[in-house]
Amino acid sequence: MHIFICDFLLDIVQNSYEAGSTEVFLTLEEDDTLLVCTVEDNGKGMDEDLKARVLDPFVTDGVKHKKRKVGLGLPFLVQACSACEGSFSLHSELGQGTKVTCSFPLNHVDTPPFGDLPSTLLALMSHPLADELVVKRTLATVKGEGGYELSKRELTDILGQLTSSGTLNLLKEFLVSQEEDLKPLYVHHSPLLA
Amino acid sequence: MAKMTLEELRKLRNEKQAAIQKRDIEGKDSRIVIGMGTCGIAAGAKVVLDTFLEVLDEHKLENVSVTQTGCMGLCYVEPTIEVLVPGMPDTIYGNVDAETAKKIVEQHVIGKQLVTDHLFDRPAADIIQKDGGR
Repeated sequence: MHIFICDFLLDIVQNSYEAGSTEVFLTLEEDDTLLVCTVEDNGKGMDEDLKARVLDPFVTDGVKHKKRKVGLGLPFLVQACSACEGSFSLHSELGQGTKVTCSFPLNHVDTPPFGDLPSTLLALMSHPLADELVVKRTLATVKGEGGYELSKRELTDILGQLTSSGTLNLLKEFLVSQEEDLKPLYVHHSPLLA
Repeated sequence: MAKMTLEELRKLRNEKQAAIQKRDIEGKDSRIVIGMGTCGIAAGAKVVLDTFLEVLDEHKLENVSVTQTGCMGLCYVEPTIEVLVPGMPDTIYGNVDAETAKKIVEQHVIGKQLVTDHLFDRPAADIIQKDGGR
Protein backbone atom coordinates (compact mmCIF):
# COMPACT_ATOMS: atom_id res chain seq x y z
CA MET A 1 0.00 0.00 0.00
CA HIS A 2 1.24 3.50 -0.77
CA ILE A 3 2.01 5.89 2.05
CA PHE A 4 1.82 9.34 0.45
CA ILE A 5 -0.65 11.07 -1.88
CA CYS A 6 2.37 11.66 -4.11
CA ASP A 7 2.93 7.88 -4.36
CA PHE A 8 -0.58 7.44 -5.75
CA LEU A 9 0.01 10.20 -8.29
CA LEU A 10 3.32 8.68 -9.37
CA ASP A 11 1.55 5.37 -9.93
CA ILE A 12 -1.47 6.78 -11.81
CA VAL A 13 0.50 9.08 -14.12
CA GLN A 14 2.61 6.08 -15.12
CA ASN A 15 -0.58 4.37 -16.30
CA SER A 16 -1.05 7.27 -18.69
CA TYR A 17 2.50 6.91 -20.01
CA GLU A 18 2.01 3.19 -20.54
CA ALA A 19 -1.23 3.87 -22.45
CA GLY A 20 0.85 5.48 -25.18
CA SER A 21 -0.08 9.08 -24.39
CA THR A 22 1.77 11.88 -26.10
CA GLU A 23 0.43 14.44 -23.63
CA VAL A 24 -0.41 14.03 -19.98
CA PHE A 25 -1.80 16.79 -17.78
CA LEU A 26 -1.38 16.58 -14.03
CA THR A 27 -3.33 19.21 -12.12
CA LEU A 28 -3.10 19.77 -8.37
CA GLU A 29 -5.50 22.30 -6.94
CA GLU A 30 -5.20 22.79 -3.22
CA ASP A 31 -6.99 25.15 -0.86
CA ASP A 32 -7.34 25.32 2.93
CA THR A 33 -9.36 22.16 3.18
CA LEU A 34 -9.22 20.17 -0.04
CA LEU A 35 -6.72 18.83 -2.56
CA VAL A 36 -8.14 18.00 -5.99
CA CYS A 37 -5.90 16.03 -8.37
CA THR A 38 -6.59 15.25 -12.01
CA VAL A 39 -4.59 13.14 -14.40
CA GLU A 40 -5.70 13.50 -18.00
CA ASP A 41 -4.11 11.83 -21.00
CA ASN A 42 -4.60 11.30 -24.73
CA GLY A 43 -3.63 7.64 -24.58
CA LYS A 44 -5.46 4.62 -25.91
CA GLY A 45 -8.38 4.89 -23.49
CA MET A 46 -10.60 2.07 -22.29
CA ASP A 47 -13.86 0.56 -23.50
CA GLU A 48 -16.87 0.22 -21.17
CA ASP A 49 -15.99 -3.36 -20.33
CA LEU A 50 -12.41 -2.64 -19.26
CA LYS A 51 -13.49 0.53 -17.45
CA ALA A 52 -15.84 -1.55 -15.35
CA ARG A 53 -13.16 -4.09 -14.50
CA VAL A 54 -10.15 -1.85 -13.98
CA LEU A 55 -11.02 -0.97 -10.38
CA ASP A 56 -10.71 -4.65 -9.51
CA PRO A 57 -7.31 -5.10 -7.79
CA PHE A 58 -6.70 -8.28 -9.74
CA VAL A 59 -7.06 -6.83 -13.23
CA THR A 60 -4.08 -5.69 -15.27
CA ASP A 61 -3.24 -5.33 -18.97
CA GLY A 62 -1.73 -8.83 -19.18
CA VAL A 63 1.39 -7.47 -20.84
CA LYS A 64 3.70 -6.87 -17.93
CA HIS A 65 2.78 -9.91 -15.84
CA LYS A 66 1.47 -12.66 -18.04
CA LYS A 67 0.63 -15.09 -15.29
CA ARG A 68 0.09 -12.69 -12.43
CA LYS A 69 -3.28 -11.15 -11.82
CA VAL A 70 -2.36 -7.96 -10.07
CA GLY A 71 -3.03 -4.40 -11.14
CA LEU A 72 -3.51 -2.54 -7.85
CA GLY A 73 -2.68 1.03 -8.96
CA LEU A 74 -6.21 2.42 -9.36
CA PRO A 75 -7.75 0.22 -6.61
CA PHE A 76 -5.18 1.57 -4.13
CA LEU A 77 -6.22 5.10 -5.04
CA VAL A 78 -9.94 4.32 -4.74
CA GLN A 79 -9.33 2.76 -1.34
CA ALA A 80 -7.33 5.76 -0.10
CA CYS A 81 -9.93 8.27 -1.36
CA SER A 82 -12.86 6.44 0.19
CA ALA A 83 -11.05 5.95 3.52
CA CYS A 84 -10.80 9.72 3.98
CA GLU A 85 -14.21 10.54 2.46
CA GLY A 86 -12.66 12.11 -0.62
CA SER A 87 -13.89 11.49 -4.13
CA PHE A 88 -12.78 9.46 -7.11
CA SER A 89 -13.96 9.42 -10.69
CA LEU A 90 -12.81 7.80 -13.90
CA HIS A 91 -13.72 8.89 -17.42
CA SER A 92 -12.36 7.13 -20.45
CA GLU A 93 -13.08 6.94 -24.16
CA LEU A 94 -11.57 4.22 -26.27
CA GLY A 95 -8.98 5.76 -28.59
CA GLN A 96 -9.40 9.21 -27.00
CA GLY A 97 -7.85 9.11 -23.57
CA THR A 98 -8.55 8.81 -19.88
CA LYS A 99 -9.17 11.24 -17.07
CA VAL A 100 -8.83 10.33 -13.42
CA THR A 101 -10.02 12.83 -10.83
CA CYS A 102 -9.62 12.37 -7.10
CA SER A 103 -9.86 14.57 -4.06
CA PHE A 104 -8.58 14.42 -0.52
CA PRO A 105 -10.10 16.43 2.34
CA LEU A 106 -7.03 17.72 4.16
CA ASN A 107 -8.46 17.68 7.66
CA HIS A 108 -9.57 14.07 7.69
CA VAL A 109 -7.71 11.77 10.05
CA ASP A 110 -7.36 9.08 7.36
CA THR A 111 -6.02 11.35 4.61
CA PRO A 112 -2.55 10.18 3.59
CA PRO A 113 0.27 12.69 4.12
CA PHE A 114 1.05 14.68 0.96
CA GLY A 115 4.65 13.48 0.46
CA ASP A 116 7.55 14.96 -1.43
CA LEU A 117 6.11 16.64 -4.53
CA PRO A 118 9.38 17.86 -6.14
CA SER A 119 10.93 14.40 -6.05
CA THR A 120 7.70 12.87 -7.39
CA LEU A 121 7.66 15.35 -10.26
CA LEU A 122 11.32 14.56 -10.92
CA ALA A 123 10.49 10.85 -11.23
CA LEU A 124 7.55 11.62 -13.52
CA MET A 125 9.43 14.10 -15.71
CA SER A 126 12.38 11.74 -16.17
CA HIS A 127 10.26 8.64 -16.85
CA PRO A 128 11.45 7.09 -20.13
CA LEU A 129 7.92 6.83 -21.57
CA ALA A 130 6.99 10.43 -20.77
CA ASP A 131 6.62 12.40 -23.97
CA GLU A 132 4.95 15.52 -22.64
CA LEU A 133 3.84 16.05 -19.06
CA VAL A 134 2.26 19.35 -18.12
CA VAL A 135 1.96 20.01 -14.40
CA LYS A 136 -0.23 22.72 -12.94
CA ARG A 137 0.05 23.19 -9.21
CA THR A 138 -2.01 25.83 -7.46
CA LEU A 139 -2.33 26.62 -3.77
CA ALA A 140 -4.87 29.09 -2.41
CA THR A 141 -5.10 29.42 1.35
CA VAL A 142 -5.98 32.11 3.89
CA LYS A 143 -2.35 33.20 3.57
CA GLY A 144 -2.61 33.94 -0.15
CA GLU A 145 -2.46 32.35 -3.58
CA GLY A 146 0.33 30.93 -5.68
CA GLY A 147 1.32 28.20 -8.05
CA TYR A 148 3.54 27.07 -10.84
CA GLU A 149 3.32 25.36 -14.19
CA LEU A 150 5.83 22.98 -15.73
CA SER A 151 6.18 21.32 -19.09
CA LYS A 152 8.52 18.43 -19.79
CA ARG A 153 9.17 19.64 -23.34
CA GLU A 154 10.13 23.07 -22.08
CA LEU A 155 12.50 21.54 -19.52
CA THR A 156 14.14 19.14 -21.98
CA ASP A 157 14.66 22.07 -24.37
CA ILE A 158 16.83 23.61 -21.70
CA LEU A 159 18.38 20.57 -20.04
CA GLY A 160 18.53 18.02 -22.84
CA GLN A 161 17.70 14.37 -22.09
CA LEU A 162 16.61 13.88 -18.49
CA THR A 163 18.77 10.82 -17.80
CA SER A 164 22.18 11.70 -16.39
CA SER A 165 22.67 12.21 -12.66
CA GLY A 166 24.03 15.75 -13.12
CA THR A 167 21.01 16.84 -15.17
CA LEU A 168 18.55 15.21 -12.79
CA ASN A 169 20.11 16.94 -9.79
CA LEU A 170 19.83 20.27 -11.59
CA LEU A 171 16.18 19.56 -12.42
CA LYS A 172 15.57 18.59 -8.80
CA GLU A 173 16.99 21.90 -7.63
CA PHE A 174 14.63 23.68 -10.02
CA LEU A 175 11.58 21.69 -8.89
CA VAL A 176 12.39 22.19 -5.21
CA SER A 177 12.66 25.95 -5.74
CA GLN A 178 9.17 26.01 -7.33
CA GLU A 179 7.58 24.30 -4.34
CA GLU A 180 9.68 26.24 -1.80
CA ASP A 181 8.16 29.39 -3.21
CA LEU A 182 4.73 28.19 -2.04
CA LYS A 183 5.83 27.30 1.50
CA PRO A 184 4.75 30.64 3.02
CA LEU A 185 1.20 29.74 1.92
CA TYR A 186 1.15 26.32 3.61
CA VAL A 187 -1.43 25.91 6.36
CA HIS A 188 -1.29 23.35 9.13
CA HIS A 189 -3.97 20.67 8.86
CA SER A 190 -5.19 19.13 12.05
CA PRO A 191 -7.55 16.19 11.71
CA LEU A 192 -10.93 16.87 13.25
CA LEU A 193 -11.67 14.09 15.65
CA ALA A 194 -15.38 13.90 16.26
CA MET B 1 15.88 29.52 -2.09
CA ALA B 2 14.16 31.93 -4.44
CA LYS B 3 11.92 30.53 -7.17
CA MET B 4 14.17 29.68 -10.09
CA THR B 5 13.13 30.90 -13.53
CA LEU B 6 13.64 28.91 -16.73
CA GLU B 7 16.30 31.44 -17.74
CA GLU B 8 18.21 30.84 -14.51
CA LEU B 9 17.93 27.11 -15.08
CA ARG B 10 19.37 27.52 -18.56
CA LYS B 11 22.27 29.56 -17.17
CA LEU B 12 23.02 26.99 -14.46
CA ARG B 13 22.91 24.24 -17.05
CA ASN B 14 25.44 26.00 -19.26
CA GLU B 15 27.80 26.63 -16.33
CA LYS B 16 27.57 23.01 -15.29
CA GLN B 17 28.21 21.73 -18.82
CA ALA B 18 31.37 23.80 -19.01
CA ALA B 19 32.58 22.45 -15.66
CA ILE B 20 31.91 18.84 -16.69
CA GLN B 21 33.90 19.20 -19.88
CA LYS B 22 36.96 20.29 -17.91
CA ARG B 23 36.87 17.19 -15.72
CA ASP B 24 37.52 13.54 -16.36
CA ILE B 25 34.13 11.99 -16.87
CA GLU B 26 34.00 9.35 -14.18
CA GLY B 27 30.90 7.19 -14.16
CA LYS B 28 30.27 7.60 -17.87
CA ASP B 29 28.43 4.65 -19.41
CA SER B 30 27.23 3.44 -16.02
CA ARG B 31 23.50 2.98 -15.63
CA ILE B 32 21.18 2.55 -12.69
CA VAL B 33 17.65 1.40 -13.50
CA ILE B 34 15.06 1.62 -10.73
CA GLY B 35 11.93 -0.56 -10.69
CA MET B 36 9.14 1.96 -10.22
CA GLY B 37 6.02 -0.19 -10.58
CA THR B 38 3.19 -0.18 -8.06
CA CYS B 39 5.15 -2.70 -5.95
CA GLY B 40 8.32 -0.61 -6.12
CA ILE B 41 6.54 2.62 -5.18
CA ALA B 42 4.82 0.93 -2.24
CA ALA B 43 8.18 -0.36 -0.99
CA GLY B 44 9.90 3.03 -1.22
CA ALA B 45 11.52 3.09 -4.69
CA LYS B 46 11.15 6.86 -4.93
CA VAL B 47 13.22 7.37 -1.78
CA VAL B 48 15.83 5.09 -3.35
CA LEU B 49 15.83 7.20 -6.53
CA ASP B 50 16.27 10.35 -4.41
CA THR B 51 19.13 8.75 -2.49
CA PHE B 52 20.95 7.62 -5.64
CA LEU B 53 20.84 11.17 -6.99
CA GLU B 54 22.04 12.62 -3.67
CA VAL B 55 24.93 10.21 -3.28
CA LEU B 56 25.99 10.56 -6.93
CA ASP B 57 25.94 14.32 -6.38
CA GLU B 58 28.06 13.99 -3.21
CA HIS B 59 30.64 12.06 -5.18
CA LYS B 60 30.43 14.53 -8.09
CA LEU B 61 29.35 11.78 -10.48
CA GLU B 62 27.41 13.75 -13.09
CA ASN B 63 27.33 11.22 -15.89
CA VAL B 64 25.68 8.16 -14.43
CA SER B 65 22.41 7.46 -16.20
CA VAL B 66 19.54 7.04 -13.73
CA THR B 67 16.33 5.73 -15.28
CA GLN B 68 13.14 3.99 -14.27
CA THR B 69 11.32 0.94 -15.42
CA GLY B 70 8.19 -0.91 -14.34
CA CYS B 71 7.99 -4.00 -12.18
CA MET B 72 10.86 -6.45 -12.81
CA GLY B 73 8.83 -9.30 -11.37
CA LEU B 74 10.66 -9.50 -8.06
CA CYS B 75 7.82 -7.87 -6.11
CA TYR B 76 8.82 -9.71 -2.92
CA VAL B 77 12.19 -7.95 -2.73
CA GLU B 78 11.20 -4.45 -3.82
CA PRO B 79 12.65 -1.92 -4.23
CA THR B 80 14.70 -3.61 -6.95
CA ILE B 81 17.28 -1.90 -9.11
CA GLU B 82 19.57 -2.91 -11.94
CA VAL B 83 23.13 -1.65 -12.14
CA LEU B 84 25.16 -1.73 -15.35
CA VAL B 85 28.78 -0.72 -14.97
CA PRO B 86 31.37 -1.33 -17.71
CA GLY B 87 33.65 -4.18 -16.67
CA MET B 88 31.14 -5.54 -14.14
CA PRO B 89 28.36 -8.10 -14.61
CA ASP B 90 24.88 -6.62 -15.09
CA THR B 91 23.41 -6.90 -11.64
CA ILE B 92 19.99 -6.81 -10.01
CA TYR B 93 19.79 -5.80 -6.39
CA GLY B 94 16.73 -6.30 -4.21
CA ASN B 95 15.58 -4.96 -0.83
CA VAL B 96 17.34 -1.71 -1.64
CA ASP B 97 16.77 1.02 0.92
CA ALA B 98 18.52 4.39 1.20
CA GLU B 99 21.48 2.89 3.04
CA THR B 100 21.94 0.14 0.44
CA ALA B 101 21.64 2.69 -2.38
CA LYS B 102 24.58 4.60 -0.88
CA LYS B 103 26.53 1.36 -0.59
CA ILE B 104 25.78 0.46 -4.23
CA VAL B 105 27.16 3.77 -5.48
CA GLU B 106 30.27 3.65 -3.30
CA GLN B 107 31.01 -0.06 -3.50
CA HIS B 108 29.69 -1.09 -6.94
CA VAL B 109 29.73 2.00 -9.18
CA ILE B 110 32.90 3.50 -7.73
CA GLY B 111 34.64 0.55 -6.05
CA LYS B 112 33.76 -2.08 -8.73
CA GLN B 113 32.81 -4.64 -6.06
CA LEU B 114 29.44 -6.39 -5.81
CA VAL B 115 27.20 -5.70 -2.83
CA THR B 116 26.65 -9.41 -2.30
CA ASP B 117 23.98 -9.42 0.40
CA HIS B 118 21.46 -7.70 -1.91
CA LEU B 119 22.08 -9.65 -5.13
CA PHE B 120 18.95 -10.94 -6.81
CA ASP B 121 20.23 -11.93 -10.24
CA ARG B 122 18.09 -11.28 -13.31
CA PRO B 123 14.35 -10.49 -13.57
CA ALA B 124 12.08 -13.37 -12.56
CA ALA B 125 11.60 -16.01 -15.27
CA ASP B 126 7.92 -15.29 -15.95
CA ILE B 127 8.75 -11.70 -16.75
CA ILE B 128 11.43 -12.38 -19.33
CA GLN B 129 10.07 -15.51 -21.01
CA LYS B 130 7.47 -15.24 -23.71
CA ASP B 131 5.51 -18.28 -22.54
CA GLY B 132 4.99 -16.77 -19.11
CA GLY B 133 7.51 -19.06 -17.45
CA ARG B 134 5.57 -22.29 -17.88
